[in-house]
Amino acid sequence: MHWAHKDLLDVSDLSTGDVERIFEAADSFLEINRRPVKKVPTLKGRSVVLFFAEPSTRTKTSFDMAAKRLSADSFSLSKSMSSLTKGESLKDTVLTLQAMNPDAIVMRHGVSGAAQFIAERLNCSVINAGDGWHAHPTQALLDAVTLRRAWSGDFGGKTLLILGDIAHSRVARSNVNLLTRLGVNVRLCAPRTLLPPKVETWPVEVYSDLNKAVKDVDAVMCLRLQLERQQDGLLPSLREYSREYGLGKRHLLNAHGGAVVLHPGPINRGVEIASELADMGESLILDQVESGVATRMALLFLFLTRKDQGGERV
Amino acid sequence: MSNPDFVIRGAKWQGEAMDLLVADGKIMEMRPTGGSIAEGVEKIPANGALLLPALTDAHVHLREPGFEWKEDIASGLLAAAHGGFANIMCMANTDPVNDEVSVTEMMLDKARLAWPDGPRLFPVAGLTKGLKGQQLTNLAEMHRAGCKAASNDGLPVHNTELFRNAVEYAANWGMVVIDHCEDPDMAPGAGVNEGELSSRLGLKGAPTAGEAIQVARDILLAQYLDTPIHVAHVSCRQAVEMLADAKRRGVPITAETCPHYLLLTEDAVEGYDTAAKVNPPLRTMDDVLAIRQALNEGVIDILVTDHAPHADHEKEVPFAEAPCGISGLDTALPLTMRMVDEGILDMETAIRAWCLRPAEIFGLPSCGFAAGDSADFVLYDPSASWEVRPELMRSKGKNTPFMGQTMPGRVNALFVGGRRIV
Ligand SMILES: [Zn+2]
Repeated sequence: MHWAHKDLLDVSDLSTGDVERIFEAADSFLEINRRPVKKVPTLKGRSVVLFFAEPSTRTKTSFDMAAKRLSADSFSLSKSMSSLTKGESLKDTVLTLQAMNPDAIVMRHGVSGAAQFIAERLNCSVINAGDGWHAHPTQALLDAVTLRRAWSGDFGGKTLLILGDIAHSRVARSNVNLLTRLGVNVRLCAPRTLLPPKVETWPVEVYSDLNKAVKDVDAVMCLRLQLERQQDGLLPSLREYSREYGLGKRHLLNAHGGAVVLHPGPINRGVEIASELADMGESLILDQVESGVATRMALLFLFLTRKDQGGERV
Repeated sequence: MSNPDFVIRGAKWQGEAMDLLVADGKIMEMRPTGGSIAEGVEKIPANGALLLPALTDAHVHLREPGFEWKEDIASGLLAAAHGGFANIMCMANTDPVNDEVSVTEMMLDKARLAWPDGPRLFPVAGLTKGLKGQQLTNLAEMHRAGCKAASNDGLPVHNTELFRNAVEYAANWGMVVIDHCEDPDMAPGAGVNEGELSSRLGLKGAPTAGEAIQVARDILLAQYLDTPIHVAHVSCRQAVEMLADAKRRGVPITAETCPHYLLLTEDAVEGYDTAAKVNPPLRTMDDVLAIRQALNEGVIDILVTDHAPHADHEKEVPFAEAPCGISGLDTALPLTMRMVDEGILDMETAIRAWCLRPAEIFGLPSCGFAAGDSADFVLYDPSASWEVRPELMRSKGKNTPFMGQTMPGRVNALFVGGRRIV
């Protein structure tokens, strides 16, 4: 079956059928990743540029490993290495990269819309690895892969709470978009200053009281709190934030039995999540990392083989 | 009675074919066409063109000195002339800032060299030195040099006490203070309305409350000081409702808006379109309807372009990094005529807002076609529709969300002080 998309800018680009294909491919790569020999020749001879204009060891390593396990060549370019620091425009930087004929550019950028900006100007596939506050589609997909395994493939009727700085979170935006479409009831909880304007138009329930928000949920996704939100005047102090909105073990007592905890990482222990909670059996934080590699393998596979006749077999 | 220098023959004015007699740079007479004209007087056939008073733009950015690649005084006046403008007021946010007489004089010299017969340039004095909001400029001196108004446009004065002093001091010299209508702390330069769209796109938005707060401050000060303040580029319902109330109570406040706030909503920035990034941002349809009504009722006094030219490469960056602004001189009059055609504005309102009121507010020449008025007028050909394309714009700035749209006609001729400029 033909993969119709050139780029992955946001999860809203994907149909439910597309998402199913990603899930199936991710499942098979998860299985491969647990074998002693993890490398397959699927993307041999293809090249992927990892262009991270905003630092992120975690996501970059995940993509790098995904590419290498599929035998693609990956090349890294960080902002400090690129000419961006010398005042070159984003357009010129990516046109330079394109002239080297990569098959895909994976880009992380601090500005919303940057992925769309370069996708409109390049012939190769662009995979958005996070743009500003806007979208982080691969994170939302790997979160869905993780939850799907935890919930034995059934999203229907499940309730997820996303807790923390929603306003400035691309993870929250993409997760709300994807998981609500898959049938999950999504709740948001944050102080008003960390909720986006007109959040009432989102397909979610909004809470400002964590104790009420966690009642009967099946999963809680904590978001990383950028410590500078205090300087921005959005919070009085980190201490007060962690007391009101830091997820602790006691909160989970009101959740459904077997409720799980997610976090896109890196975590601020003791700020948005109690340290002990991050290490508990209910925590899926490390499962997310594992699913992350498999999900990105699935995406690289689908996007890089999109032009092949009939596609290749995994 | 002596003979006119020339006669415009058969131009359409309020639905009637008229002859316009011009002598010594002034209107001599306007009368139904067909009367006898003395031998030897030049007759210029209007060929069905509409006769309009020439426009005044009280808010443009000409970018010289300092940013000549975006626009310079000569290219800005070229766009103004072809746009039908007889008078232009240019803002002070150049580099160096127009906060010294030497800068004002340099601007005026450049204008006279490039366009000795007009359009007339009236630089706006920076209200504070370097637009830093700390120290008043030498406004008396700058007024004598030719500045009719003073403004920190783009960087509103945050310190209300200093702003009060500025308004009072400027009034001493008959200068009007123009205030950029945004609370400077509430998302300066955001370029997108705060709301559902900004949330979805993940952009920091500028709320209408930030605009309304600044307008409220200015209304309270204008009332308290009983001194005029002019509010720049109003974009939202909340602001016009307060202005309407203030005017009803006789507060000496005036206001302007731009064609894009009458024609476009925030949807124009969908897809991160930097051509529609403007400050204050495009708002919702409810705001657009409020702005239209306010203009028709005279609550908003004048139209301006807020002409803000930028080079293509400066706008071809991700949205958050793009500069705010729309290049407006080339399209202002055609867009206005489109709005008249569509019944959004009536012709009388358009003429009041582009010609008569700006002259009254800032003390500039204008043309009401009465005997003795400066012969500043436009012949507008409604049959010459054109598509907005970069090569057809006279401004160096091709940054407009109206690119590719068809304009209903264009300026055939512009006369300033009885001289044909275009
Ligand atoms: Zn301006």
